[in-house]
Amino acid sequence: MKTIETKNNIPVDLADVPIHTYAIFFEIVSALMKNKTVHCTTYFAFENKTNLQFICCLADDATSSLHLLSHQMPIDALEPIEALTKKINAFHIFEREIAENFGVEFKNHPWLKPVRYAKNRANSEKQINNYPFFKIDGFDTHEVGVGPIHAGIIEPGHFRFSCHGEIVHHLEIQLGFQHRGIEKLYLTKPHLLQRTILTENIAGDTAIGHTLAFVNMMEALYGIEKDIRWVKMDMLRSLALEVERIAIHVGDMSNLCLDVAYQLGNAVFGALRTPVINFFQFWCGNRFAKGLLRVGYNPHPFTPQLMERLVKILEEFDIKYMEMQHKTFTLPSVLNRFEKCGILNMEQMDMIGAVGMSARMTGISRDVRASHPFNYYEHLAYEPVLLETGDVYARAMMRNLEIQKSMAYIRTMLSQIYRLNVEEPQKYRADIYDKKMIPNQICVSLTEGWRGEICHTGITNEKGDLMHYKVKDPSMHNWTALALALRQNEISDFPINNKSFDLSYCGHDL
Amino acid sequence: MFDEIKILQHQGKQFIPDVTKVNLPVSFAVGRPEIAEDITAENAKLAKAICPTQAIENEPFSIDLGKCTYCMECVRICGKDKINFTNDYKTATNVRERLIVKAGEKHPITIDQSLVRPEIKKLFKNSLKLRQVSAGGDNSQEWELGATNNVNFDCSRFGIDFVASPRHADGIVITGPITENMAEPLQICYDAIPEPKLIILVGTDAISGGIFEGSPALNRSFLDKNTIDLYVPGSLIHPLTFVNGVLEMIGQI
Repeated sequence: MKTIETKNNIPVDLADVPIHTYAIFFEIVSALMKNKTVHCTTYFAFENKTNLQFICCLADDATSSLHLLSHQMPIDALEPIEALTKKINAFHIFEREIAENFGVEFKNHPWLKPVRYAKNRANSEKQINNYPFFKIDGFDTHEVGVGPIHAGIIEPGHFRFSCHGEIVHHLEIQLGFQHRGIEKLYLTKPHLLQRTILTENIAGDTAIGHTLAFVNMMEALYGIEKDIRWVKMDMLRSLALEVERIAIHVGDMSNLCLDVAYQLGNAVFGALRTPVINFFQFWCGNRFAKGLLRVGYNPHPFTPQLMERLVKILEEFDIKYMEMQHKTFTLPSVLNRFEKCGILNMEQMDMIGAVGMSARMTGISRDVRASHPFNYYEHLAYEPVLLETGDVYARAMMRNLEIQKSMAYIRTMLSQIYRLNVEEPQKYRADIYDKKMIPNQICVSLTEGWRGEICHTGITNEKGDLMHYKVKDPSMHNWTALALALRQNEISDFPINNKSFDLSYCGHDL
Repeated sequence: MFDEIKILQHQGKQFIPDVTKVNLPVSFAVGRPEIAEDITAENAKLAKAICPTQAIENEPFSIDLGKCTYCMECVRICGKDKINFTNDYKTATNVRERLIVKAGEKHPITIDQSLVRPEIKKLFKNSLKLRQVSAGGDNSQEWELGATNNVNFDCSRFGIDFVASPRHADGIVITGPITENMAEPLQICYDAIPEPKLIILVGTDAISGGIFEGSPALNRSFLDKNTIDLYVPGSLIHPLTFVNGVLEMIGQI
């Protein structure tokens, strides 16, 4: 058996994940990745007793299956291994992370730069404040350093531009300033409630996206039986994810307008975000929906009043949003800044393993909602929005079309809610806190947050508690896209490019 | 041009005329809590045990809003008649202890005006420029701080602005639990702000570390070295909590 095949949120015995020699592992991964519909959702190492076990999950978007396989080496005798990156570039970030955390040497890896200067890194001599950036030298060349603290109210990260005149030849991005040690905290904070709240804080702007991955997985690992009532639960959770997408996308539209000095768009899109996030406040008391999702039950029932309110909000939002997006995307001064700025193509995005909007804006059909459906998406037969031009325009238009699509899907769900003549589980489940998880399992949970594919992996030990927890935010892949987009662009176009990706610093740094 | 006028007309006036007198809906149940005096010892024990961030203490029963993540689990255990998070959003204060709400207390959380340095009111009353530093913040508090200057809350009208350089700033607004990797940049930024200057902590993570408390990847020594001028509690603050707290501190209200 080359790999063990499973599906999104279906746990398997850890012992059933085949452990290959590295040479064979290398071969199987290379062969599977030749298939255009396969991409790597996560590749990480963890300490399993005396071994360092490397787990790789390859997702086949055509068959909705997840292939798990692994290799291992003794912790006290780490040996250098050939880098997969050399052959399949998309592995670069995973191998960098493993090298940083465990000191494993990947031979012929082009760039084993530390990913985030994690607290648990193997070599603590390496410090974030004395990292040697790439240098540029020659006539008319210069470097520009920006950050870690930025001009606006955003998270920290350092950008180093190597320029020739106004033109950026290379952008090097240094992250890690936001590192809070989240993955370790999953193990040191033992209570399920603590872990849930930790998840809500991985990236506060994607509270639903990440927490959904967490609760889906935990419900599988706790072995919660899902009867007919859970169809309604799944619908409400998918609904929440789409509301979150609209809220953040429209906020980003506002910021994109700000960066091209289009004041009306900035103000109107910004104002349109308010009723959407206020809906979350009505639903669960928190404008970013922290606290909405809990393992095993729904603490915030979706009352008829809430439903009425959502319908009304959407109705008003629709009119105001459509006229504003129409104006924005027909205004020459906006289009002049959006079009042909920061162009990326399909080949590049495939190479770096881009996910979410960054992949779809170049025509790569990669959307977990369609390929590995979770919660209610199975019933929706989701069709991803695909664009081709790969520029700022495509990234803005992607948001615009996804907002409209999310509205349509929310309406579909609301129209089907009557047909589900059941009530989702609403009873407070304190009993779950005393329960154990199914021992010796591994479970991969994928969701499509507004940025793209979120992948959580949980491994339980023989006592039925977490042995390892791995989080992957879509930004892990997509930061490289921003660096590539800037090449041969004017440095003054950096803000609009950065905003058009709007990647997560804290989701990356963990 | 007619399109634009139409859009503006559809938007109407959205600003909040008086930010000090907004009545938030009852569903905004993450304001100041009120705890019944007769909360049973059994309930108190269960609530303390479940609290994910040790924000609850017994004898007397109290909730520390500087640590609370507003997960509402204690409310589920004890019932709304025993612990009730009200819609009172004016919870910012300059005294850390005032964030600890004890059973039976129903008074508002206020700023101790005698502790506000005279130069703050004198110099910053009509113009306060702030520098925001996210030190491990998860980008939700940052969005809400951004919202303080949107068309609804519009804090620029009070002279409160976020600026791009510490050299232009009168103070620093910190979000996040302060990571080790941000400790030095934070200090450098603070040093670059001219005197007199103030420090505002926004959100549970900044005030106590929140759910990240105890993580070895944090370095909160900056807070030990400096006096904090304002605590704005909330695991996601409401923009109104921030705006009201600052206005009260600089003496506009």
